[in-house]
Amino acid sequence: MEGRAIRLQGLRKSFGDTTAVAGVDLEIRDGEFFSMLGPSGSGKTTVLRLVAGFETPDRGRIELAGQDVTGLAPFERDVHTVFQDYALFPHMTVEQNVAYGLKVRRVPKAERLVRARKALAEVGLEGYGPRRPAQLSGGQRQRVALARALVGRPRVLLLDEPLGALDLKLRERMQVELKAIQREVGITFVFVTHDQEEALTMSDRIAVLDRGRIAQVGTPAEIYERPATPFVASFVGTSNLLEGEAAHRITGSPGTYNIRPEKIRVLKDAAEPDEPEHTTATGTVAEVVYLGDATRFLVDLDGGGRLTALQQNLETSSADVAAYRGTRVRLQWHHRHAVRLPS
Amino acid sequence: MTTDVPPAAGRGTVRRLAGTLHRRPRLRLALLLTGPLLWLSVLYLGSLAVLFVSAFWTTDSFTSQVVKVWSTDNFHALFTTPVYRQVVLRSVGVALAVTVLCAVIAFPLAFYTARVARPQRRPLLVVAILTPLWASYLVKVYAWRLILSEGGLADWMLAPFGLSGPGYGLPATVLTLTYLWLPYMVLPLHTALEQLPAGLLEASADLGARPGRTFRSVVLPMVLPSVAAGSVFTFSLSLGDYITVQIVGGKTQLIGNLVYSNIELNLPMAAALGTVPVAVIVLYLLAIRRTGALNSL
Repeated sequence: MEGRAIRLQGLRKSFGDTTAVAGVDLEIRDGEFFSMLGPSGSGKTTVLRLVAGFETPDRGRIELAGQDVTGLAPFERDVHTVFQDYALFPHMTVEQNVAYGLKVRRVPKAERLVRARKALAEVGLEGYGPRRPAQLSGGQRQRVALARALVGRPRVLLLDEPLGALDLKLRERMQVELKAIQREVGITFVFVTHDQEEALTMSDRIAVLDRGRIAQVGTPAEIYERPATPFVASFVGTSNLLEGEAAHRITGSPGTYNIRPEKIRVLKDAAEPDEPEHTTATGTVAEVVYLGDATRFLVDLDGGGRLTALQQNLETSSADVAAYRGTRVRLQWHHRHAVRLPS
Repeated sequence: MTTDVPPAAGRGTVRRLAGTLHRRPRLRLALLLTGPLLWLSVLYLGSLAVLFVSAFWTTDSFTSQVVKVWSTDNFHALFTTPVYRQVVLRSVGVALAVTVLCAVIAFPLAFYTARVARPQRRPLLVVAILTPLWASYLVKVYAWRLILSEGGLADWMLAPFGLSGPGYGLPATVLTLTYLWLPYMVLPLHTALEQLPAGLLEASADLGARPGRTFRSVVLPMVLPSVAAGSVFTFSLSLGDYITVQIVGGKTQLIGNLVYSNIELNLPMAAALGTVPVAVIVLYLLAIRRTGALNSL
């Protein structure tokens, strides 16, 4: 079914003197994996809490599946939340935790048990039902929280930095699993994170939030390749700005440009010809950083300014890399990779 | 700072002593616990033992002298005399009523101080709840005697509704004891409610639970151990009390009064009566141990 799962209009929320959400308009489609990405204090969690109903907006309107829910309590909304700290009930078993939402809705006991077990199986926790949350690891608790929120098959699932407390390896595994589960159950996921890589790898679409406002909404590729503001350019990926005089001299027209480091080729050999539709700038290598799979070059441009370039280590080794320091290089990129930003 | 000054002799001794203690954990433990253990075993357990033993003695009915001959007559009397049975049941009933009343009054109060009031104000509110404990017990009970007296504050306040105060008697006793022991219930409840993660209440609402359901399924089970912990105080303090009932209880008799009135005439009987609250409280503790309350004391 193609439709709107969530629609936010002119949403504002302040806490005392701090404005957490300063006018947010947003539409999230049915069945979408939608991420809200932003640094802490950008208002992403507040937007999530407004949608869940834990906070009441000062102004604006919240629609779930076309129905105005702005004034409704959390228990009147067809959304479930996976909390950052999981918020599992410590006095209940894993199974009771998962079945709680069904029990509250008066689902018969036998059906409750079957569905709770099925939900636990979905997240890979068969047989963990009789345990207490305190007996589980962080990753397992995370899965229980997910099963508890999914078992009632809400229209929308809200996830508040659910992977934040996990270590890197587990986090990467859960990213893949979460995405797989979402595809399987077909529920709209609204995923709040400050981790740009997480947002880029998992989402169908991303909203980047900056100081209570939406800076850009788009697919991961759109957000990454064509950032709409300097903030988005710097928050998502490494920002690499070419501005002022240098920008004018190199590109031929004034403005501020963002070029992703991996789009820039580092050419050592002066004999290599300039390719068509490419821009070339010359400079001196100020610093070289060996990253294992890649090497990062910081190049001071002759025309002023500094650019970072990232090269895959196809044949180079760390020893070769060090030799680059202080040498003259040419940087080259395709026209379309220099993205002009509004000033 | 100069480095060539030798350490003072006194400090050296202290250092050596500290070193010795560090190397001998058993000595450390002995120093720590000898005093308290002596107090506990000799004074506390010793007097309990004396109480229990003397409950099996009898009294010469002419001279009121204690006769140190073993007999179970006192306990026999305790179980067969209707008055004694009534008084024991009444005392337990009063203790239970006070406990329930304290819990019912303390919960909304603690909920306010722990979750609703502004965080900066909370310590002040807790202190306010505890201030009655700084006043003398007798002053408070006599204040209640005045409030409940005929034409007193209670009568005056209820008069517009065509009612009168409870006067002196059993209800007055329960009321006064509830007032006296309420802080002991509020405090553990306040702590429990304050530590209750807000996320759990939100999670419950998020999963579709109305406030009543959240209260029954999440809040209550999580603070129940603390209610039980508070009830240990309200229950045992009420069960052992005999002064309040003398001042506001009218003719009401509780175990404490019987013990008190028997001490001069029949010490062994008083001792037998005195074992009843001890036994009841042991049973009570065993019962609530199952709630896990003793871990949160």
